[in-house]
Amino acid sequence: MIPSRQATWVAPGFRWFWGKAALGLFPPLWMSACFGQSELVRPHIPGYDSPDWEAQLRAALPKGAVWEYADVAFLIVALGAASYVAIRARSRTGLLVIAGLSLAWLGFWRQGCICPIGALQNVALTLADPSYFVPTVVVLLVVVPILFTLLCGRTFCAAVCPLGAFQELTAIAPVRIPRWVDESLGLFPYAFLGLAVMTTVCSGYFLICHYDPFVSFFRLGANASTWIFSIGVVLLGLVIARPYCRFLCPLGAIFRIVSPLSRWHLRIPPSECINCRLCEEVCPYNAIRRPEEGGWDGTSQKLPISNLHLVVACCGVVIAGVVSGLFLGPVTSRLDWRIQLAERVWLEESGQVVGTTDASDVFRKSGIPVSQLYEEAAKIEGRYRWGCLLVGLWFGGVMAAKVLQLSRSPHRREYEPERGKCYSCGRCFRFCPLEQVRLGLIDADSIRVYAKAAEKDKARPT
Amino acid sequence: MAGGGKSPASFGEPASSDTPQSRETRRGFLADASRYCVLAFVAGAGGFVAGRRGEANQLVWQLDPDLCIGCGNCATQCVIQPSAVRAVQFYPLCAMCDICTGYFDVSYRSLDTAAENQLCPTGALIRQFIVDQAGVPRFEYHVQREICIGCGRCVKGCAMMNGSLYLQVQHDLCVECNDCSIARACPTRAFRRVPASQPFILKRKARRLLGQADK
Repeated sequence: MIPSRQATWVAPGFRWFWGKAALGLFPPLWMSACFGQSELVRPHIPGYDSPDWEAQLRAALPKGAVWEYADVAFLIVALGAASYVAIRARSRTGLLVIAGLSLAWLGFWRQGCICPIGALQNVALTLADPSYFVPTVVVLLVVVPILFTLLCGRTFCAAVCPLGAFQELTAIAPVRIPRWVDESLGLFPYAFLGLAVMTTVCSGYFLICHYDPFVSFFRLGANASTWIFSIGVVLLGLVIARPYCRFLCPLGAIFRIVSPLSRWHLRIPPSECINCRLCEEVCPYNAIRRPEEGGWDGTSQKLPISNLHLVVACCGVVIAGVVSGLFLGPVTSRLDWRIQLAERVWLEESGQVVGTTDASDVFRKSGIPVSQLYEEAAKIEGRYRWGCLLVGLWFGGVMAAKVLQLSRSPHRREYEPERGKCYSCGRCFRFCPLEQVRLGLIDADSIRVYAKAAEKDKARPT
Repeated sequence: MAGGGKSPASFGEPASSDTPQSRETRRGFLADASRYCVLAFVAGAGGFVAGRRGEANQLVWQLDPDLCIGCGNCATQCVIQPSAVRAVQFYPLCAMCDICTGYFDVSYRSLDTAAENQLCPTGALIRQFIVDQAGVPRFEYHVQREICIGCGRCVKGCAMMNGSLYLQVQHDLCVECNDCSIARACPTRAFRRVPASQPFILKRKARRLLGQADK
């Protein structure tokens, strides 16, 4: 792009121009050269006042943060409403309405920026960089959804997050994917969270924003590669519901840790579950878990593994994580532009490449010694090495926790959502006969049939 | 590490000594305890971060004119169209040339305001005749902010002489993306965050000039 533009600059007009300049049609150039001046001095014109240059800047001062406060107010109201609708009113329609409103406000009107997912990076950067400032509003954007998740489960994901709302409303024909695929890909958000925090802390590189598939829709503008990514994610989302939430969202990774602790959480039946199994297959997110004991087939959902093997496996995955972190450090450090620049300058200095880039030209013009650039690059690479090591440790720990979780005997007595994975979308409500009774759609007596069927299943030999 | 603490699997095993009720209370207690721990941690961390940083110190995007090469990415990469970056004229640095390298295209036919002679694709640069000083005409060049698209052609042209024209982010237009997409595409990394209380960056030359003027 740049070289071609330079090429047009050097085209016929260039020679013609310099020809003219050499001929003296450009007296200021050679005059300043003769007098050893690098630039022309502004002439003094008696009786003429120069325009006020600062007036231009006064017209372009920052606006107040009024809208940001409105955003936080909207966030809190929408979270409250979504939690009430999901847990008390039990209405999927209500959730979809709130999702539509959030999508309109936070998505298309406020153009999806700054969002709680991206605000994570700002908070991380504040903790790491003392010269970086973050407004209170941005902190609230992260803290409020986490606190609501701690109280009510992931109602933020259900209807308030503009990205979640977008995917919820576009999941037209969701299919269930095999649980093992779901669980394995579901580990990626933890790695992404670790990497995003690491790149933010190490070099202020906002990884999450680089892979935001929905901002191109909110702004109706992006470059070609972003459009391809965005449209790909949305097309995938038509059949595999919420691909971003499940397989990429780093805030979702935090919610998966926090949501199991939620004080109140959406329940599938409005009253005590009769274990009729009708909801078993309806969740596109594989989030509905059957009871462990007293389930219909009595099989164990626990990983058949001894404690010794468990310890070995856990140590193994942690070590694997750390080792991969060791190798990842130098590779990921290339994301930092100072390291890219240092590398380029080094290649140029050592004569391994011919020509310069815009960045290396500007660097040389700045007069900063090359050794200082190398030193800084080495320092940043060191930070990346440590950062990646910690990310490896974190991801190893996550995998170990996953192994532990799988080997643990769940204590469910009824069909319930797995709180970490449940988005509180409310799809399962209408499949529950008790809910149908609650809404007065079927007779209370008729569900005895289901209860009886469930009893029969329970007695069925495996 | 896996060895640290009891593995959850071992909780379930000595179930014979536990009644289901005591197990339930223990689970409830653990859930409550961890809930409060997370609550305290999130609220504490949030309060710490928010308390440490005031509203007045909010950061905004700005480009360093000393690093700018006028590549044109500002006009094409900004999420709003036309771009939030516009040219500004630092009048004290402008030499009021007749043959302005920021105003005239290199292939100009005559020194007039005809569109084909202008560098600016939108005609946002205004050439105003001021005075004829002993046969040397002096012109003032103004940027019309509303028409400027921030392509930086005048900046590139002016940089051949004094460099009084340079680009700045107009904060009233900028939507302050968390990750500025021009910054991402800037070949010389001229974009950085600056405090909202000092939202513009002067050229080094301009700072020097103002310093002299102050003395």
